[in-house]
Amino acid sequence: MIDADAAALPEGRMIWAPKEDAVVAAWAPALHALALFAVDPFGLGGVWLRARPSPARDVWLSALRAAAAPLCLRRAPARPPEDALGGGFDLAASLAAGRMLRVAGLFAGPEAQLFLQPMAERLTAGEGARLAAALEARAGALAFVALDEGAEPEEAPPAALTDRLAFPVTLEGLAPSLGRGRNAGLAPLAPPIPAPEALAAARRLLPQVRADDGVLRDLTLAAAAMGEPSLRAPSLALRAASAAAALAGRERIAEEDVALAAELVLAPRSRASAPLEPPATSEEAAEAAPRDRPPQEPDARGHDGAEAAPDASATPEEAAERMVAAARAALPPGLLEHLAGGAIRRAPVGAQGGRSGASRVGARRGRPLPSRRGRLGGPARIDLVATLRAAAPWRTLRRRAAPAGEARAVLIRAEDIHLKRYQEPRERAVLFVVDASGSTALARLAEAKGAVELMLGEAYARRDHVGLIAFRGAGAETLLPPTRSLVQTKRRLAALPGGGGTPIAAGLEEALIQARAAERRGMSVALAVLTDGRANLTRDGRANRADAAEEADAFARRIRAAGYRSVLIDAGARPQKSAARLAENLGAAYAPLPYMDARRVSAAVAAALSDGA
Amino acid sequence: MSGETRDQAHSGAGGAQAGARLAYPFTAIVGQEEIKRSLILTAVDASIGGVLVLGDRGVGKSTAVRALAALLPPIEAVEGCPYQCAALACAAVSGCPHSAESPPKRLVARPTPVVDLPLGATEDRVAGALDVERALTLGEKRFEPGLLAKAHRGYLYIDEVNLLEDHLVDLLLDAAASGENVVEREGLSIRHDARFVLVGSGNPEEGELRPQLLDRFGLSVEAVSPSDLEERVSVVRRRDAFDRDPAAFCDDWAAAETALRERILAGRGRLQHVAAPDAAIEDCARLCLELGADGLRGELTLLRAARALAAYEGAAAVGRAEIRAVAPSALRHRLRRDPLDEAGSTARVRRALERCFGPEEGAGAQTAAPGANAMPQRAAAG
Repeated sequence: MIDADAAALPEGRMIWAPKEDAVVAAWAPALHALALFAVDPFGLGGVWLRARPSPARDVWLSALRAAAAPLCLRRAPARPPEDALGGGFDLAASLAAGRMLRVAGLFAGPEAQLFLQPMAERLTAGEGARLAAALEARAGALAFVALDEGAEPEEAPPAALTDRLAFPVTLEGLAPSLGRGRNAGLAPLAPPIPAPEALAAARRLLPQVRADDGVLRDLTLAAAAMGEPSLRAPSLALRAASAAAALAGRERIAEEDVALAAELVLAPRSRASAPLEPPATSEEAAEAAPRDRPPQEPDARGHDGAEAAPDASATPEEAAERMVAAARAALPPGLLEHLAGGAIRRAPVGAQGGRSGASRVGARRGRPLPSRRGRLGGPARIDLVATLRAAAPWRTLRRRAAPAGEARAVLIRAEDIHLKRYQEPRERAVLFVVDASGSTALARLAEAKGAVELMLGEAYARRDHVGLIAFRGAGAETLLPPTRSLVQTKRRLAALPGGGGTPIAAGLEEALIQARAAERRGMSVALAVLTDGRANLTRDGRANRADAAEEADAFARRIRAAGYRSVLIDAGARPQKSAARLAENLGAAYAPLPYMDARRVSAAVAAALSDGA
Repeated sequence: MSGETRDQAHSGAGGAQAGARLAYPFTAIVGQEEIKRSLILTAVDASIGGVLVLGDRGVGKSTAVRALAALLPPIEAVEGCPYQCAALACAAVSGCPHSAESPPKRLVARPTPVVDLPLGATEDRVAGALDVERALTLGEKRFEPGLLAKAHRGYLYIDEVNLLEDHLVDLLLDAAASGENVVEREGLSIRHDARFVLVGSGNPEEGELRPQLLDRFGLSVEAVSPSDLEERVSVVRRRDAFDRDPAAFCDDWAAAETALRERILAGRGRLQHVAAPDAAIEDCARLCLELGADGLRGELTLLRAARALAAYEGAAAVGRAEIRAVAPSALRHRLRRDPLDEAGSTARVRRALERCFGPEEGAGAQTAAPGANAMPQRAAAG
C-alpha cells in the first residue's frame, strides 16, 4: 500500500516534491518526518506525535511500522516502571523456581529497540526525565514515538523528553484517505513514503553522508534565530538533513536537505517557544523574527565577517535567512490561535522560580504513587501486596531464625510494612485582579467581566475557586474572596463600576493579602492581573506616576518572591511597555491581547496558570 | 564510567554494550568554562564538596559530568572490595565489611567511580540492602552494597536532581554530611565509608531544589546556552564528529585528556603546599559578610576552591585573583533571597566583589581569556 508509486521512481533516488494536492501538502511534513525517521531512527531519537486517537494516527503508525521493518514498534507501558532501565528481580518467578531470576529493564534489551510511548502528555517531569535518561544511556539503540494525545494546548509531554526527539509532528485536522475503504490508507498520498529497498539503500549510504561547514552553520544559525536555546536542536536537524541526503542518494548534504530538516525539526520547535504575537498578519510575524534573536547577534556577526568571506555564493546570514523563511513558511495558519492558547511567553522567573508543582503527596486520596516502607499508625493505609512482596524473599532466613513452634507461611516484620501513597492535587484558586480605572474601564472592563464569568464557569467544572479584586480611584477592594459561587460572583461583577485613577500597587497589595489567606487554607494560588500597567496613584493616594510605578513594581516583585504563578493580561488598546515591565517584575506570563474577547482571555489564563510539567 | 560501575554491580543484563560505549572527551567540550573549572577543582580537592549545575536544556551539563569519569586518574583500591578501600591496613580501621569476610590481598588500580543515581532508584538500591538472592536461595544474610558504596572516593551524579524524591534527598544528605552510610535491616547493622563528591544537574524550570540540598553543594554553576555563533557551530560540529566515529574522535583528544589529567594530578600534589595567607582568609570573610551568606560554609568552600585553583594553576599561595575567579561558583547559591532585588545571584556576587576588592582589572580578564583563546585552536585541531 505504501510503495505504490515508489517503484516508478529511478533506482536509488527519491523525489521529494509533494503533489500539488492540498491533502498531500497537508500530509507532507508528517510523512517526510516518517521517512527520515525510518532511515535513522536511533540517531534521531524519535518522533513527538501530537494526535488524538484517529484514523489518521492509525494510518501514520501503520506506515511507520511498515517503514521501520524489520524493527518492531513495541508499546511501552503508559507509565514507565521504576526499574525501566536497571531491571530488577522477578519475585514471583524467583520464589517458584527457588533461585534468583532477574528481569532486564524494559529499555535494557541487548538489541536496538523502537518504543511507542502512549499517553506521553500524562508523563510527569520525573517520568520524562527517566525516559530521557534511558535515551542517554542507550544512545543509538533506543528511540521513542511519543504519542501525545493532549487536548489542551498546555498538555504536552515533558520537555526533557521532547527535547531529545527530532520530529514534532502533528496530525491534527488530517484525514487518512480520500473517502476510500478502510485499507485505502496512504495510497493516494504516495510517494512520500519510500519503498523498503530505498530505505535500506539510504541506511547503507547514511554513514558516508558528510556535511559541509556551511550546512552546520546554516542549521545552527537557523536554530538560534528561531529562539531555540537547546543545542540538541541543531544536532538533530543535522542528522535529519543527513537522512534526507541519504534518502536522495547523495553523499553530501544539499540545500534542499537542509531546508527539509529546518522545516521538520526546527520550525515546530519555534512554535513551542515563539513569543506571543498579537493577532496579525504573518508578514508581521516574520518581521518580528530579528527582534527575537538572541542579543548576542552583533557578536556572532563579527565572527562571520572574518570567516565567511571566501564563500562566494551567499553569506551565512543570507542562507540562514532562507532557512528561517523555509521554516516560517511551514508554520501552520492556525499558529496565532495556538499561541494565544498555549505558548504564552513566560517572563524569565530568575533563580527564585515558581513553586514546584501544585500537588502534594498524601495518604488517602489522589493518583497512586509507588508505595514506600514506613510505619503503621499514621493516616496512611498499608499496601498489603507490597508488604508481602517485601517479606517474601526473607522467609527462608526468618523461618530458620524463628522459634520452632512458630512455623507460619509468611513472617512479616515491621520493616516490611509498605504504605500506600497518593499524589493529591491541591485545590486551585485563581484571583482576578482587575483594573477598573478610567483608562481601562472604557474599553476593557466589560470584557474583563466577561472573562471572569467565563473562568468561573470553567472553574465550576474544574473545581477551582475564583476570587475577584478590583482597584480604581482611591484604592483596592476585594469584591469576592475565593469562592465557587457562580451566582454571587456574577452579581458582584455586574455591579462593579469603572473610572478613576490607577492604583496598581494597592491592587497588588490586596491580592497578596488574599493570596496568603487562600494559601493558608491549603489552596495553590494563581493570579490573573488585568491592567494596562499605567499606574498613576500611590497607595496613599498621591497622583505621581513615577512613584506609583515604582511602588507597583515593588509589590509585583514581592508577589513573585512569594512564588505565586501569575499571568498579566495587557488590557491596553495596544501592547504597553509598562504592562510588559510589570509582568517581568511579577514573573508573570505576559499576554497582550489587543483585540481580546472573553473567551481568549480565559484560554490565555488557563494556559498560563496550568501547572503542566 | 557510569556504565562500567553499573555493570560491576549488576553482573550481566545489558552490560556489554554499555561498557563499550565511549564517553565524549572532557577536553573536547566547547565553552562552558565554569562547569569544567568547577569539576576540575573538585577533582583537585574533593573536600570542596560537590557541584550543582542548573541551567538550560541541551548545553552539555551531563556530557561534562560523564566525560569526567574518563578523565580522572585511577584510584588504588583493595582488589575485589566493593567499598573501594584505599589501603590494606585501612580496611580494619574503617571497618570495611568486606575485609571481615575475605582478608584483603593486594591493591589494584581502578577507575575513579562516577556513579549515576537514577531518578527512580529505591532506597535499597542507593543505600544497599541485604542480598535478596542469597537470602532467597541460601537463606543467608549478606549485605549487598548500594550506589553509595560504589561512589565512595568518587562521584555520585544525579541528573534532574530537582526531581529527586524527598526521601532519597534526605538519605543522600545524611550520607554526604557524615561521610558514611549506615544500614540496619534484618538484624544486620552495616556501616561503611561513603565519601563522595555529589554532582547534580537540572533545569530549574521544573522545580526548585530544597534549600538544605542547595547548601550541600560546594559549588554551583549556571549553565547557559552559548551565545556565540561560532561556539554553537563548534558544539554541533564536534558532536557530529563524535557520533560518527567515537573511537577516532577520542583518539584525537587523547593527548589533551592526558595533559589535563597530569595537570590535575600535579595540582593535587601541590595542594598541601599552597599557602593561604591571612589576607586571603580575610578577603573571603569580608566577601561573605558583604553578601550576608548564611553560615560559615561559604567562607570555607570559597577558600578551599580558591586554594584548589591556585594549586591547579601552579600558584604558590591563594591570591585575590583566585578568590575572584571562584567566588560566583562558591557563593551564588548561598545568598539569602531578597524579594526586592530582582538581579540574579550571580550579579549580586559580582557587585559584592567590586565593592570589596574594587573594579575588576587584570584578574577577571585573565581567567576569561584562556578559554576564549583556546577554543579556535582546539577547533582547528579537532
